[in-house]
Amino acid sequence: MADTLTADSGTADSGTAKSSSTAGTRTARRPADPRRLARRRKRRLAILFVLPALLLLGALVVYPVVFSVGRSLFDADGDRFVGVGNYAAIVHDPATLKAIRNSTIWVVVAPLLLTGLGLMLAVLTEKVRWATAFKLVLFLPMAVSFLAAGIVFRLAYEQDPDRGVLNAVAVGVHDTFDDAAAYPTARIREGQGLTGRAGGPYSTEKGVRTGGSVSLGFVGVAPDAVPAGAKAAAAPAPAADGIAGVVYLDFAPGGAGTPGRVDPGEKGLPGMTVEAVRDGRVAATTTAADDGSFRLTGLADGEYSVRLPAANFAAPYQGVNWLGPALVTPAIIGAYLWVWTGFAMVLIGAGLAAIPRDALEAARMDGAGEGQIFRRITVPLLAPVLTVVFVTLVINVMKVFDLVYIIAPGPVQEEANVLATRMWLVSFGGGNDQGLGSALSVVLLLLVVPAMVFNIRRFRRSGA
Amino acid sequence: MSSHSAVERRRPARLLGSSVVQGLLILVALVWITPLAGLFLSSMRSERANASDGWWTALADPSQLSLDNYSALLKDSGIAQAFGNTVLISVPTTVLVVGIAALAGYAFAWLDFPGRDGIFLVVVGLLVVPVQIGLLPVAKLFGAVGLFGTIAGVVLFHVAYGLPFAVFLLRNYFAEIPGEMLEAARMDGGSEWRIFFRLVLPLGRPAIASLAIFQFLWVWNDMLVALLFADSGSQPLTVALQSQMRQFGSNIGVLAPGAFLSLVVPLVVFFAFQRHFVQGVMAGSVK
Repeated sequence: MADTLTADSGTADSGTAKSSSTAGTRTARRPADPRRLARRRKRRLAILFVLPALLLLGALVVYPVVFSVGRSLFDADGDRFVGVGNYAAIVHDPATLKAIRNSTIWVVVAPLLLTGLGLMLAVLTEKVRWATAFKLVLFLPMAVSFLAAGIVFRLAYEQDPDRGVLNAVAVGVHDTFDDAAAYPTARIREGQGLTGRAGGPYSTEKGVRTGGSVSLGFVGVAPDAVPAGAKAAAAPAPAADGIAGVVYLDFAPGGAGTPGRVDPGEKGLPGMTVEAVRDGRVAATTTAADDGSFRLTGLADGEYSVRLPAANFAAPYQGVNWLGPALVTPAIIGAYLWVWTGFAMVLIGAGLAAIPRDALEAARMDGAGEGQIFRRITVPLLAPVLTVVFVTLVINVMKVFDLVYIIAPGPVQEEANVLATRMWLVSFGGGNDQGLGSALSVVLLLLVVPAMVFNIRRFRRSGA
Repeated sequence: MSSHSAVERRRPARLLGSSVVQGLLILVALVWITPLAGLFLSSMRSERANASDGWWTALADPSQLSLDNYSALLKDSGIAQAFGNTVLISVPTTVLVVGIAALAGYAFAWLDFPGRDGIFLVVVGLLVVPVQIGLLPVAKLFGAVGLFGTIAGVVLFHVAYGLPFAVFLLRNYFAEIPGEMLEAARMDGGSEWRIFFRLVLPLGRPAIASLAIFQFLWVWNDMLVALLFADSGSQPLTVALQSQMRQFGSNIGVLAPGAFLSLVVPLVVFFAFQRHFVQGVMAGSVK
């Protein structure tokens, strides 16, 4: 090592001459040798300072990059040279293609949403006094590991609305606007006057003339699923001006009673929606009373079919299957937003604070609206900050691993994979194809090279 | 500021607008807090309670909450050891990264050696190299020298991948130190070592603090590197918990308090060093 240093020192002399010129005038009359020795010693010291860093970087970062590029040209076991075969396999392997598709979705959606959300919140927080507290709350998730964030969101995304908070809210909101169906389990007995597929709608087999009456019996409703207010069903009396009837649970406690007839002890099914239909058009609609009775009035004389729409029997809304194959990637991106929004907001907020107040005030005095100021002044002045935030997020999104690995449940892991998780599974998670794994890691590196160039350029500009 | 409030007083519409903004921001803050609150409350409820209904029922019925899960967790030697491993990995890594990067940063900023600026550009370029590319080759390397599956191996890997950013940050900060100060110290006969320890390190304290906090959290929260390089005896908390994820539904009694345990240290760091924390994360985001 010492030999290479002495050999190199000659070429670097011209560079050091400038910086040591002040010292040089003072020691000009001394013999040259000690000076050169001192300079050499200094240089040796400098090497000593950077050596630990360079050794580690060389052995554990630079060498692996070279190794991976080489390894990616060999097959799974490393015995056979396959050229670009592994790279060709990437675009032919359906599971890897899915990972590429998902990574693309991530890179397109997440940075854009985060930058937009960050900008919006940064502007809004400027208008409140407790901005610092707000920023603190939103920045908090940055302290949390992706593992913990993953567990947090596995809990929140739980499918069962009794356990997962997101579905609890979803079901609550849904049921506020759309009443829950009362009888999801009710079904008919064949040959008792009603027909229809399981789950409804059910219609009378024969037409019912106005002035007639009809008894509609159902089974399959557990006694405790019958609404508390339900009263004993009564056989309907015919009505002159329409169709009368009763919807009831054709099952008496103890099993007594005849199927198809309203027996003592059998209860009505209140709240059931009933329609009179002729030629495919609904002529009247009503709802069964507490004893199950209903009366369809205002009908023109003729024959109608009495129908119970499917809405009576729809399965209750169970919320969204967040971690199912269709939504798992958006759901994980949601968790990612939770972690990173604070970052985007604080960085953009700092840029916002640097915008000269005078420019904004002047525009306001000239009568510009807030929206106009935002579009014409704030955003253009913020453009450099927004770019930095965006590029930073792209780099980080490209490398996302932990959240996907943690949140996606085993069976849908394939659907959620991104490049980094796919690379892991191929190389270590049972796939054990180190050739393809290396190729994937090289692709990952190539994808971040543009960002690397951006960083170096930015550094050079700021350094100049 | 006064003219601003004057404008506000003149326009009641703006006051109304500001209360809408306040309401919106409160809502956003609630949305952000809820998942963490859910984790915390879940971590204090029994396995059976977690299986039957949601954590929010504990808000109406606080009697559900107890520390039983935590005491059970701490008695579990595996989790306690994993917590210890997390400390044994993140503290040495932080010290080594800061120490090695400070030396290199000073050299890149103020000492002359052949190829200095070119090498520094390469280091900047290494900033965004994803750890994924190092996993396989370094695993082979560590396997050959007996470091695979050890805490030392995990630490070394973290140090190497933490260095580019650390050197970049400290070199740029040290470069701002006025040259006359260093020159004066040299005139007084101070050796480079003395200057480094007595002058550069104290002056660089803000940057070093931000770097140390960022690096510490990065390693404390890491799962990927330890997942590969640590074995069952040297695994940190994140990996120990990850191995329980498979039976998520029936394991909330371990996972929720475990996750919260792993959160406590970062949260303390966050609240104790807010300013440095934010600066560190901001600067470190270029990684």
